Amino acid sequence: MDLLALPPNLRVLLGTSLLGCVAGVIGSLAVLRRRSLTGDMVAHAAMPGLCLAYLVAYELGIGRDRPAYFLLLMSGAALTGLIGSALVTFLTRWTRTRQDAAIGIVLSTFFGAFVVLLSYIRYLPGAHVAGVDQYIFGQAATLLTADVWFIAGVLLVSIVTLAICFKELKTYSFDADFAHSLGWPTLSIDLGMMAALCLVTVVGLPLVGILMAGMIIIPCAAARFWTYRFGPLLVISGAIGAATGVFATLVSAEYFVRWFGFDPLAFGYNRKALPTGPVIILSGAAIFLASVLFAPRRGVLARLIALLRLRSRTATENLLRALYELGESQLPRLAPHQLEEIQQHRRWNRGQLTWALRRATWAGWIERNADAIQLTASGHQRAAEVTRIHRLWELFLISGARIAPDHVDRDADSIEHVLTPNIVGQLEAMLAESGRLPRTAATPPQSPHVLTGGNDPVGTLSPGGG
Amino acid sequence: MYAAYEQVESSELAAPSAWWKSWRFALVAVILTVAAIAYVAWFRELDDRQQRALAWVTLVAAVTNVACATVGCFLLLRRMSLMGDALAHSVLPGLVVAFIFAGSLNIGFMFVGALAAGLATAFLADTLNRRGGVPADASLGVVFVSLFALGVVLIKRYTGGAIHLDFDCVFAGELDLVGISSNKNMSVGPFELPRTLVSVGPVLILNIAVITLLWKEFKVSSFDPALATAMGFRAGRLHYLLMALVALTTVASFEAVGSILVVAMLIVPAATAHLLTDRLSKMLWVSAGVGLLTAVAGCALARLIEVNTAGTIAVTGGALYGVAVLLSPRYGVVSTLLRNARISARIVREDMLAMLYRLEELATDRQLGERQVVQAVGGGLLANWGLWSLLRRGDVQRTDRGLSLTASGKQQASQLVRSHRLWEAYLVEHLGLPLDHVHEPAERIEHFIDERLREQIVADLPAADVDPHGRGIPDAPGESRS
Repeated sequence: MDLLALPPNLRVLLGTSLLGCVAGVIGSLAVLRRRSLTGDMVAHAAMPGLCLAYLVAYELGIGRDRPAYFLLLMSGAALTGLIGSALVTFLTRWTRTRQDAAIGIVLSTFFGAFVVLLSYIRYLPGAHVAGVDQYIFGQAATLLTADVWFIAGVLLVSIVTLAICFKELKTYSFDADFAHSLGWPTLSIDLGMMAALCLVTVVGLPLVGILMAGMIIIPCAAARFWTYRFGPLLVISGAIGAATGVFATLVSAEYFVRWFGFDPLAFGYNRKALPTGPVIILSGAAIFLASVLFAPRRGVLARLIALLRLRSRTATENLLRALYELGESQLPRLAPHQLEEIQQHRRWNRGQLTWALRRATWAGWIERNADAIQLTASGHQRAAEVTRIHRLWELFLISGARIAPDHVDRDADSIEHVLTPNIVGQLEAMLAESGRLPRTAATPPQSPHVLTGGNDPVGTLSPGGG
Repeated sequence: MYAAYEQVESSELAAPSAWWKSWRFALVAVILTVAAIAYVAWFRELDDRQQRALAWVTLVAAVTNVACATVGCFLLLRRMSLMGDALAHSVLPGLVVAFIFAGSLNIGFMFVGALAAGLATAFLADTLNRRGGVPADASLGVVFVSLFALGVVLIKRYTGGAIHLDFDCVFAGELDLVGISSNKNMSVGPFELPRTLVSVGPVLILNIAVITLLWKEFKVSSFDPALATAMGFRAGRLHYLLMALVALTTVASFEAVGSILVVAMLIVPAATAHLLTDRLSKMLWVSAGVGLLTAVAGCALARLIEVNTAGTIAVTGGALYGVAVLLSPRYGVVSTLLRNARISARIVREDMLAMLYRLEELATDRQLGERQVVQAVGGGLLANWGLWSLLRRGDVQRTDRGLSLTASGKQQASQLVRSHRLWEAYLVEHLGLPLDHVHEPAERIEHFIDERLREQIVADLPAADVDPHGRGIPDAPGESRS
């Protein structure tokens, strides 16, 4: 064992990151099965077991320096944790109490027992509460080299198991009924997963304490923002868990001070007393927040950008179509139009119109001369395309959905921006069949309804135009 | 048909109409009376100071428990028990921030901070779930665990050394100090009251007031949120109102019982009541009563074995819930097992009667021995016991060649066989089942067909004297076939 002994800092770093990794991977399975808060329950339910084991150790005279002490405490914790999960299963199956209430009941009652036992131990002669209450929020300093290897072993076993049963677990995670109908032993899989969850929670107690639930939930919740697929989800979740451990160790170790020159957590109070659990969870929360904000596609920022881009495109296309419709009667000559004319042609959001004008100018689609705005040749082509899609959809609504011609403009107005070339092709095919397809692709068909200015985009009442 | 099945079922499992006359209630009343007498006797043994301290502790615990138990009912019914858990954890940072701002445990600041934290939890979890696609339980878990961790770090960083807010307070509460340490007191007008009571008392009144005023709204939205919205009750607003009540109750209880044990007080009495009754109004009363009982018993026990009071209350509540799980008249595990055993025993007895009847119907001289009869219905303890009780009731008699039915046994058996064959005829006539498919369902349902249903079936059949297999259908009692 001496050969494998690790220096303290590396030990903590390895311990937390390996724990984060294994909790992330196994936690993903729990989260996907909607079992997130079971981890919370197990973490709380394991606490009275610690106390009972401590009392046993106290009676037997096993000191804190003996390896048996740690083993005893962990098995006590695992025992009550398992009893807690068994009770939840029993209550859910056999009584009227539903799962959420059962979890709450077991969690709080077991934790009550922990508080009672703790206050009992406090008054025992020669007993040290510190032996137990460091587990409430975890203390990484107590981590031994053997624990690190143990966590690594758990990680290895769980990864091998996952790799072997990947297909089964995937099916089971997303459709347990289907897995059951295939004749798979879903109950055993379920029990196995619960046992793995208990094991990870108990292993994590010395480091994270009752906040172990966070280690189980947060990596998967964060990973879901990065991928939709099961395999990558597990990998990313494990990576995020490991990153959480590394991050937390860096934040709470001297490295951060050495590298960045300040201690983010030192607000003038004794930093040694800070338990590791909350720091690890807050690191995880920071990574989660970063995922929520910056993940591609599902992140807040990505969605915001996509939304703004869509708005900008919509406004620009509306502008182009307005210009096309205004100048349609004078074609093929491209005449300039006053800004006021454009403003009256349809309803505009002022900011969007300004933005659309600017963007269209950059793209070289329009030329602005004070308030006179004129389509360029390329702009005209683009505008014709947009108008064409608009009118194709209108024709489709009229002939396909039998909507009155004076009701189609608004529908088409909102959908024209998101029609893919594929759908446009289908529309063309359909209209060609009924003989209503305009001949050249570049020229839009004639508008099926009357075009007018004014704020009402659906010009129906005023005569003329078009 | 289903209604008739229900009727038989419910006649077997229904609670007696006058519940206060039932032996269970009498038993509970006796146990409670004995416990109360023992409690009073024990209480009078204590010295004056101890009596006063225990009285205050019990009062504070009782008020806290009842305040929690009332809102807890709605949490439980809306399947939001874990929201209670989450709020209990996540008000911590709100409290600490309020503490940092106020410099002490100022009740007003505490309420504002906790309310903000509680509503933020509900809102963030909801948003993450709806907008971010994180599963509901996971989003709740992420939010409350992170906020709780934040609270713990803030406590360590900012309030280090402060006496009022430390780990013990977060976990174990300060209920033990109530009535002992005078610096936990606060003067309200001419009275000197424990701080905890000053914060919990008004919340109890508020809870009762809100529940009474919005009774109908809460009732509808608890059982059918969609209906409530359709009726114009704004289930969403009620949801946040309930969240606010829970957050307030949690923070008011915080000082007394800490941040996690309050979950026990919110959910456990409500879950116990849920096992004992089906009516919302009754559930609230029972829940409050259980909360009260838990508080009194928990405080006394904690005093007896000299351990933490809040924890003991939580464990006592869990134990009472355990008793309800086992012994609840309608939903208890033992009652369910007994009920099932009783039905199984009746089915075995009836099967034996019907078998003997069919044998006699064949008009052979053959009679079955006891072992054969028992084996025929599956054997085992239940069958032996069933035969024994048939003999005891005088439905079956021993003859020198085996077993035969007595007059009363024959009467019962004939009605059972009548049910069986009528049902077979009905299945063939109205459902068009083939002949070889009707025996099984009839064998199962014959035990649940009563006289009224038999009459209905007869009325629905063109002829009720022969079953589809060609065997005669026995007559109804008092009716003779000429």
